[in-house]
Amino acid sequence: MSTKSQSIDRKSQDERLRRVSKLKKLLNRPELGALGGSILVFIFFGIIAGDSGMFSAYGTLNFLEVSSNLGIIAIGAAMLMIGGEFDLSVGSMIGFAGICIAIPAIYWGWPLWSSILFAFSMAVLIGYANGILVVRTGLPSFIVTLAMLFILRGATLALTRLITGRTQVPGLRVLIENDPIAWIFSADVFSGLFVWLGSLGLIALRQDGTPLATGVPTSVIWWIGLTIFATWILMKTRYGNWIFASGGDKLGARNVGVPVARVKISLFIGTAVCATIYACVQVLDAGSADTMRGFLKELEAIVAAVVGGCLLTGGYGSAIGAAFGALIFGTVSMGIYYTDVDTDWFKVFLGAMMLIAVIFNNFVRRRVTENK
Amino acid sequence: MNTDTIVEFNNISKFFGSVIALKNVTMHVKKGEIMCLLGDNGAGKSTLIKTLSGVHKPNEGEIIVEGKKTTFDSPRDALDLGIATVYQDLALVSLMSVTRNFFMGREPMKGFGLFKVFDIEKANAVAAERMGQIGIDVRDPSQAVGTMSGGERQCLAISRAIYFGAKVLILDEPTSALGVHQASVVLKYIVKAASEGLGVILITHNVHHAYPVGDRFTILNRGKSMGTYPKKDLSREKLLSMMAGGEELDKLEVELKEMDRISKFNN
Ligand SMILES: Nc1ncnc2c1ncn2[C@@H]1O[C@H](COP(=O)(O)OP(=O)(O)O)[C@@H](O)[C@H]1O
Ligand SMILES: [Mg+2]
Repeated sequence: MSTKSQSIDRKSQDERLRRVSKLKKLLNRPELGALGGSILVFIFFGIIAGDSGMFSAYGTLNFLEVSSNLGIIAIGAAMLMIGGEFDLSVGSMIGFAGICIAIPAIYWGWPLWSSILFAFSMAVLIGYANGILVVRTGLPSFIVTLAMLFILRGATLALTRLITGRTQVPGLRVLIENDPIAWIFSADVFSGLFVWLGSLGLIALRQDGTPLATGVPTSVIWWIGLTIFATWILMKTRYGNWIFASGGDKLGARNVGVPVARVKISLFIGTAVCATIYACVQVLDAGSADTMRGFLKELEAIVAAVVGGCLLTGGYGSAIGAAFGALIFGTVSMGIYYTDVDTDWFKVFLGAMMLIAVIFNNFVRRRVTENK
Repeated sequence: MNTDTIVEFNNISKFFGSVIALKNVTMHVKKGEIMCLLGDNGAGKSTLIKTLSGVHKPNEGEIIVEGKKTTFDSPRDALDLGIATVYQDLALVSLMSVTRNFFMGREPMKGFGLFKVFDIEKANAVAAERMGQIGIDVRDPSQAVGTMSGGERQCLAISRAIYFGAKVLILDEPTSALGVHQASVVLKYIVKAASEGLGVILITHNVHHAYPVGDRFTILNRGKSMGTYPKKDLSREKLLSMMAGGEELDKLEVELKEMDRISKFNN
């Protein structure tokens, strides 16, 4: 009798223990800070700018588009940072990929799809170069990719001026329409849905009766898709385990059989490919390439990844966190126009956000790694 | 050499720049035996086993695995031949979970083709079971290794190596960070592994840990082998004195006597 009640007691106690540890586990998730931050940002703008049109269909798509652009490169940056490295050449890669699309298509008469493929192959090549240099020389990736930042931006400018005599390459818009793959980066998705919502009077219309928000930009789909893909890789695959291991302790990882060099090189290719997706989205949307496109974007991507919970020292972080980091960034950078606050303050916010995130991450790391 | 020999080292030398870490070291290990590698700090023990586990390439000499001359380009090559190592620095990532560390580099998979995924449930179960066998109760295999004590980490590294070490198990100072009880648990576990047919290379500078479990003893001093002796030819005292420390203690005794004599003479 007494033993029975004891065992029941035990059981209920065990269940309580488990619940506590689940909560603790949640507190230890890297993306927690960015998730909380996103909620705070939405509450803030909900109160301050709730009736200003920021959260209308048009306004929402606006800040989602800005977030998604950054999100695309932030995912790559986050994966690389978890793998223990940085890539400062992302912004320059965006500019370079842009002219790799525009110059062959406009000056050399290549079909648009082939110049897009050309840009992606250049990205693989440059990512590989970054990776092999870091792995072979053992130099910090900070230095190697900083050099690449200047080399790529300089080459972009010099080549564009040499071939076109200018720093911008317009005229792509006409080529998009009949291209078999350009729509992957430039179409509006669910536009039928938006027409329907407009006809019901649920969203704002233009004077000609078409909805103001014409559809979800493909960049948003890319952003969500890449986040899911990266999360799947990190959590569910062998390669994901290798990424964490390579960033956490590269010698230890190598000693137990992880191909650390291969993992790191592939992650550098990943950031360059993400930069090229970003370039495709922007260049095809604007219809022109600009040699300065992507300027400073590498830093914004790193901010988003860090706000999303990635440790600067590697081995810890998440793709979902980086996606939320980008969402915070995009929401604030657009939302600030709907408030009375001078937009000059945006960068102040950005810096403060990053500082808070780093302090918070440090605290999380200590919780995770220190003995009870 | 007899057919039970799994791994042979012939005249291995390893240089780091101008440092001669190893010079002409010869050694072998047989199935089911525990070969102890002894030597003082800096003798080159870790360097020797790192050449056998593929971390370093030897500058001279050859490694023969099951009769075949072999070179290792990376630790993965050695692992693929069934040679698993517990490194002195353990090769654990403290930010990663127990399970993810246990299977780091050798993750069990499920599913087909492109959708092959890391079978985390199976991995969790195996990790917890294996840790249980060595006396560590892991309640939550998804907890970070950083939260474990030094002894628990050592046991994780050891049970991981035993799980993957199909033929040869190399342990670099596995007991140096452990308390008396935990050390005896680990030593028992190593004896069990050898009795199941593994060849074990046990590195230590603690004679009291090596002598009870070892079958043969190789003594390394300043990068050179002082020879290999079966247990029957070697008493604990002789083993102690053969290690660099022993010789030096003898010398120290002589010197102290000398100083004593001189001071007496001066008085
Ligand atoms: N990677 C390295 N680079 C240069 N010297 C090294 C390296 N590894 C070991 N050594 C040197 O080789 C010698 C043997 O070291 P080690 O094998 O670690 O000794 P033990 O494990 O017996 O204490 C030491 O003098 C050490 O300084
Ligand atoms: Mg050593």
